Amino acid sequence: MSHLPLWPLEASAHSGEVDRLVIGLVILSILLSAPVFILMAAFAVKYRRGRTADRRHRIDHNMALEVSWAVIPFLLLLVFYTWSTELFLELRHPPADALEIDVVAKQWMWKFQHPGGQREINDLHVPLNRAVKLVMASQDVIHSLFVPALRLKQDVVPGRYTTLWFKADKTGSYPLRCSQFCGTDHSLMGGHLYVLSASDYARWLEQSKVDGSLAAQGATLFRDRGCSGCHGAASTVKAPSLNGLFGRPVPLENGQVVTADEQYIRDSILLPQSQIAAGYPHIMPTFQNVLSEDDVLKLVAYIKSLATLTPERSR
Amino acid sequence: MTDLSMPKERPDPHNIEDRGLSETPAQRESYLRAGNTLGSWFFTTDHKRIAVLYLISVTFFFFIGGAAAALIRIDLLEPNGTILTNEGYNRAFTLHGVIMVWFFLIPSIPNTFGNFLIPLMIGARDLAFPRLNLASWYIYVLGGLCTVYVLIAGGVDTGWTFYTPLSSMFAHGQVVMAATAVFIVGFSSILTGLNFIVTIHKLRCPGMTWGRLPLFVWSHYATSLILVLATPVLSITLALIAAERLFGIGVFNPALGGDPLLYQHLFWFYSHPAVYIMVLPALGVVSELVAAAARKPVFGYKVVAGCSIAIAAIGFLVWGHHMFVSGQSPYASAVFSFLSLAVAVPSGIKVYNWTATLYKGHVAIDPPLLFACSFIGLFVVGGLTGLILAMLAVDVHVHDTYFVIAHFHYIMVGGTVAAYFGALHFWWPKITGRLYSLAWGRLSALLIFLGFNLTFFPQFVLGYLGMPRRYHHYPPEFQVWNVFSSTGSSILAVTYLLPFLYLFYSLRYGDAAGPNPWGATGLEWTVPSPPPKHNFEETPTVSGPPYDYPMEFEERP
Repeated sequence: MSHLPLWPLEASAHSGEVDRLVIGLVILSILLSAPVFILMAAFAVKYRRGRTADRRHRIDHNMALEVSWAVIPFLLLLVFYTWSTELFLELRHPPADALEIDVVAKQWMWKFQHPGGQREINDLHVPLNRAVKLVMASQDVIHSLFVPALRLKQDVVPGRYTTLWFKADKTGSYPLRCSQFCGTDHSLMGGHLYVLSASDYARWLEQSKVDGSLAAQGATLFRDRGCSGCHGAASTVKAPSLNGLFGRPVPLENGQVVTADEQYIRDSILLPQSQIAAGYPHIMPTFQNVLSEDDVLKLVAYIKSLATLTPERSR
Repeated sequence: MTDLSMPKERPDPHNIEDRGLSETPAQRESYLRAGNTLGSWFFTTDHKRIAVLYLISVTFFFFIGGAAAALIRIDLLEPNGTILTNEGYNRAFTLHGVIMVWFFLIPSIPNTFGNFLIPLMIGARDLAFPRLNLASWYIYVLGGLCTVYVLIAGGVDTGWTFYTPLSSMFAHGQVVMAATAVFIVGFSSILTGLNFIVTIHKLRCPGMTWGRLPLFVWSHYATSLILVLATPVLSITLALIAAERLFGIGVFNPALGGDPLLYQHLFWFYSHPAVYIMVLPALGVVSELVAAAARKPVFGYKVVAGCSIAIAAIGFLVWGHHMFVSGQSPYASAVFSFLSLAVAVPSGIKVYNWTATLYKGHVAIDPPLLFACSFIGLFVVGGLTGLILAMLAVDVHVHDTYFVIAHFHYIMVGGTVAAYFGALHFWWPKITGRLYSLAWGRLSALLIFLGFNLTFFPQFVLGYLGMPRRYHHYPPEFQVWNVFSSTGSSILAVTYLLPFLYLFYSLRYGDAAGPNPWGATGLEWTVPSPPPKHNFEETPTVSGPPYDYPMEFEERP
């Protein structure tokens, strides 16, 4: 209770940028509001009722003045608007070489799955100075991943994948919280983001090693859940091959063409009837309530790993 | 003087001439005296009596909502809570929000002061639909009873925003009953809004043109448009939540094929305009208070009136700024961010115009002005932090943190509640016919301002430090700021009670107010205080502009 924190930790270049933006906005706010506070006090004293003052030729309106105090603050704000919107749109465009980590939120825990198959709960270890992209799914209600030191948060919405990317540039441990109210233990749903140097990160990956990468775990699921029965190379059922699928355009039965991204693959597993690939029968069963979001993410990782293979001709 | 040697008799309440009555002569012929039975109050169609019924019921809910806030602030004295469980804490902030938003803030100024003053200000004998007005109060009470039932039956833990699928599929409390309460009270809003619109269009007295309407009436007109257009959207949305929760009809829950973001769009399509329902009437009050205190017309009357309408119109186009981190398209977010800056422009104009109104005025530093200045100061801070929040990159950091909590409390509590108290202090002599102690009024305005800032300013810091809202447990390093905030809230609690002491005292012991104690313009000040049952003996005629205070051309000695 002794120390009084005034400013949150900074763990990325982006957080410094947001801080500068905020400081600029606070200065602008003071400039815009100071005349109001100073003049109100000054007028109340100078023109206090009963006090002698020159009150001749008062004015009741002045359009030029009113337009100026509407337009000038607005133009000043537009400068900040441009700055802030650019910064925000950057957050929507992760670099292509970003390290992808899957996140599953559920009441009241965070689960993280690394590409190498390492898994952790509530804590997340990431390498220093490397772009990290989080692909996030929720098992139940809406959650929101919030890392104050990165000045970032993103809602995790059931039924869709949301993403968040960052590049931490200071090693250390930083709080990680849920910021979207998600029920009873909402305030306990958190842990830490650990930013490790490249060598520490490699050591951590080694220590936490599990059998098989995420894609390999997905491949196991692909066999165990019977997916390979139809989508496998030896299958006799007419189902689209998944080799080389990821990232490609897929023509749908209704004439639309969609890109096979994470969301498309997830929907195809859980809601197979919603987007039928053109030329295939409606025979795939739904895996909703059968596969957890973690499992679906493993399957997505597996199908992504097939992206470099040449598509087989449809049988 | 009465003859002291006369035998003491109880004053006869039915004899209007009996000087032993505690009422002033004006009160004996006023709307207050038009029937003393319960029936004469509960079946009244007099807009002034209905306003008093609202004043009492709205204030009652203000204190229930305030009690929930007190529980929250006591609990947050320690990082791991002091008196509540997680579940209990969640229920406390949900009820605080539901009660304060729908049972206090939205009806606060329109249904009490709007109801009382609009007919008086435009020279009408009553609202256009007096019985509808009474029905609207009964609907409010029915909704209120449902909320009280929710409170007694164990509460609800979804937050006042009822976000899906938490509310529709996962929460355990009285979600459907709470939604029903809000659904019901929505009809009270719609009917009141409708009544005001028709009244302002059709019942203006001769000469009361649109360009001569008091700004209080203009802002209520803008508010009424929002009440009528936005509230039905909320009603439908709440009905859909109930349908999903009770019958499993998939609308918002993705497991049933629904879309949780659809809920947020629908909810904020109502709830952002609802912010302007809460603040526009306050803006109208402040315009009246500042003009009367300065004895000058509001600077730029036409622009200020137009700004109310502009706020109402643009207010419908900014709902997406509640969803910048929800997964909404970033390009939609960029548009909503821009529009959110645009909606601040008319509010900014108003603030500068009020400041200019004081220039060369005869400024009386009385409680109404102090509350108005307190409103302006807090509204400015709330508004400017709103601009900061509208900036996309900043919102990503402070969204759903205490920064947002501080921001909207500056607008709604600092702003609207200050205006509510300002209105109470300005029109109290008109409503009751009695003068209260100005010194106590000034003191409570000052203390409310200080208590408010001590409560809510620390929350800006907490938010930027990264304390999410709706957190029962928080990291220990945030404790100092939370203790500041809780200390401030205890001052606020005491000072909110203070006005009730001297206002009630004035009811019995205050001096008679006379028709126009503030020397203000406006038709409501031309009738006796309290006003007679039918407001005007004969329909008034307006021949000049509003706020027609005398001009000075010669320098006074």
